[in-house]
Amino acid sequence: MYHVALHVFKESVRDKVLYNLVLFAVLLMAVSFLIGQLTAGQDVKIIKDLGLAAISVFGLFIAIFIGIGLVSKEVEKRSIYALLAKPVRRQELVAGKFVGLALTLAINIAIMAAVYFAMLAYYGWTEPETVQRAWEAPAADPRLLKPIVLIYLQLLIVNAIALFFSTFTSPLMAAAFSLGLWVAGHFNADLRAFDTVVDAPAAGALGTALSYILPNFASFDVKSVVVHGQDVPLGFIGMNAAYAALYIGALVIASAMIFARRDFK
Amino acid sequence: MIRTEALTKDFRAGFWRPRPRRALDALDLHVEQGEIFGLLGPNGAGKTTTLKLLLQLLFPTSGRAELLGRPAGDTDARRRLGYLPEHPYFYDYLTAEELLEYFGRLFGIEPAARRRRAAALLDDVGIGAERTLPLRKFSKGMLQRVGLAQAMLNDPELLILDEPMSGLDPIGRRDVRALITRLHGEGRTILFSSHILSDAETLCSRVAILAKGHLAASGTMRDLLSENVRGWELVVRGLTEPARAALAARGIDAGALPGGTWLVTLGPSTRPEPAIAELAAAGAELVSASPKLETLEDVFVRHIADDTRAEGARA
Repeated sequence: MYHVALHVFKESVRDKVLYNLVLFAVLLMAVSFLIGQLTAGQDVKIIKDLGLAAISVFGLFIAIFIGIGLVSKEVEKRSIYALLAKPVRRQELVAGKFVGLALTLAINIAIMAAVYFAMLAYYGWTEPETVQRAWEAPAADPRLLKPIVLIYLQLLIVNAIALFFSTFTSPLMAAAFSLGLWVAGHFNADLRAFDTVVDAPAAGALGTALSYILPNFASFDVKSVVVHGQDVPLGFIGMNAAYAALYIGALVIASAMIFARRDFK
Repeated sequence: MIRTEALTKDFRAGFWRPRPRRALDALDLHVEQGEIFGLLGPNGAGKTTTLKLLLQLLFPTSGRAELLGRPAGDTDARRRLGYLPEHPYFYDYLTAEELLEYFGRLFGIEPAARRRRAAALLDDVGIGAERTLPLRKFSKGMLQRVGLAQAMLNDPELLILDEPMSGLDPIGRRDVRALITRLHGEGRTILFSSHILSDAETLCSRVAILAKGHLAASGTMRDLLSENVRGWELVVRGLTEPARAALAARGIDAGALPGGTWLVTLGPSTRPEPAIAELAAAGAELVSASPKLETLEDVFVRHIADDTRAEGARA
């Protein structure tokens, strides 16, 4: 599994798409910096908010576009034949693919986070103290690491979703399903309360059932809280991490089970 | 070394077609240790399906397969075998050296031994100079050579090669034939599929001929190639028209060849000696006389034709 994970990491690192995505994320953060400077009063909050959004969106692109190719590209390009003839269990291969992309994501998020903090620190350093006194929290607030950790956990779920679909569908379908679940996952709370807004009990029950099956990404989103200088308790992060671990575990096991019985024509 | 019992594979023909397509039908096959075994058949005969079932890239609909005394797909068995897929393709962003490095890790080969073995194998298959080039820059023939190198990485007891000559130029084919002979000489068992019959005829100790998923024939080359002489071919020079007409009157065909020579074809029931004497008396000079023996191609065509007829009768 370890060798497969390292191979995925090497593959991702050599993929030009990855560099383009990181570059775009850094550019977007720089743009948020400019927008912030043009906006009186709310500047630091806008920089913080847009920076976190950039990390989240570009992390999502990396998770989906690399995740969907993890297995399907091997099948499409036929490199899977020689690989599966080696003494590697198919389940190990799936787990290795997940770990490899999780590692790639971690490094990319770390790079984007470093740029984000450097930019905030520079902004804080250039602003006069009188302006800084009006801020709810310092520019390079260490508490901003918490939403970044939560973004990473969300992306790990997306990675597992992309991997799951890539074990039995084409890359295009896997991308569509993964993006669809990402969007649906952000409306999970609305789905859970669906029975309170509809008269039909069956539709309400279906909405509730779906809310338990679909990932709940809304609970990971604490950007607005942290940007306004409020703290996120560690217990909250722990609960979300446990939820992510369970969800990812179920998806990776399901992916491994599908992959283990798949025919490669 | 390899044994299949009633190995059968059906493929779903499509979502709206419930009746599956049978790609392999109750194949019984055994390959003994130290053999070079050829799996022959036209396109779509089930050769690749058989090899994929042996490696558990496909799961059988029914029947069983065993390799190296273990069920197909067993991880320990895979440690002791090498596989070259048909039209191999590897990772674009890796070099040949890195690919062998990656696969070597999967086999658990020690780093120093891995590097040594990778370098030796790439030299062996003739791409040592290109070892640091990305695989995306490799031609089809070069990828085939990389495929052979990765199949030999773990010093396997058993090699399963799917169309090993495919994509190679004549020099490449000669090299691969020599490689297979050498690997066999080292005591390895080799199972390969091919539709190039001359290669199989040169290399194999035993062959199986597949036709539309059925085993049409199998056995040693001696079993399959009838040793009976199927006629004679005499090449003569200076054949006069009256002599040619005399031969034709007895149903013996004589066709003109380039350079003023003639090819006289005798049937299986005609001995060559009287014809040679008769031609000499008519003033013709004998250049060569050779018996016509059955080739693997004759056997192949005969069995494929028999199988097609049998299928027609069943339908």
